[in-house]
Amino acid sequence: MSVVDATLAAGVTVGDFLLVVAALFVSLAVLMLYRGIVGPTNQDRVLAVNVMGTNTVVILALLGAALSEPWFLDIALVYALLNFLMSVAISKFTVERGGVI
Amino acid sequence: MIESVRISLIVATALVGLFFTFVSAVGVVRLPDVFSRSHTASQADTLGAGFALSAVALTLGWDAATIEAVLLLVFIFVTNPTAAHAIARAAYEEGIEPWTTGEERR
Repeated sequence: MSVVDATLAAGVTVGDFLLVVAALFVSLAVLMLYRGIVGPTNQDRVLAVNVMGTNTVVILALLGAALSEPWFLDIALVYALLNFLMSVAISKFTVERGGVI
Repeated sequence: MIESVRISLIVATALVGLFFTFVSAVGVVRLPDVFSRSHTASQADTLGAGFALSAVALTLGWDAATIEAVLLLVFIFVTNPTAAHAIARAAYEEGIEPWTTGEERR
C-alpha cells in the first residue's frame, strides 16, 4: 500500500488531497490570464505566460503523484525546458539588436 | 510512526507551496509596473513551486521518479529567476520607465 492510499481524515486520502491542491493551482494559473490580456506592455504578457507555465509544471507533477502515473514527470520536465526557452527567446528577439544575456 | 510524519510533511509542504503561489499570483495581478511584477514572479513563484515539488518527491518515496522530481526542482530554481531577469531587462532596454511613488498605476 503506497502513501497515496493512506487515509488523511474521514475517508480523504493523500491522493485526494493532492488532487485538491492541483485544482487550486489551476485556479491560480487562470488568474494570470487577467495580466496576460490586460498587461499594458508585451513584457507583462510574456511574464504572465511564464508564471502560468511554472504553475502548469507543478500541476503536472502533482497529478503524476496523486494518480500514481510517474511518467507525467517526464512531460513536466520537457514543459519546464520549453517554458524557459520561450521566455528567453521572446525577450531576446523583441529588443533591438538582441542585447539580452 | 514514520509514515504519519511523512504524511504530515507532505500536507505541510503542499500547503506552504500553495500559499507562496497565491502570494505570487496576487503580486502579478496587483503590483504597479512590469519590474515589480517580474520581482514577485521570480521570487515567490519559485519558492511556491519548490515547496510543491518537494511534496511530490515525498509522496513518490524511494523511486526512480523521485530523482526526476528533484531534478525538476533544481531546474526550476535555476531557470525561473533567469527568465524573469531576461524579461525585466528586455523591458528596460525597450525604454519602459520604472514606476515611482505617486504615479498612476500601469
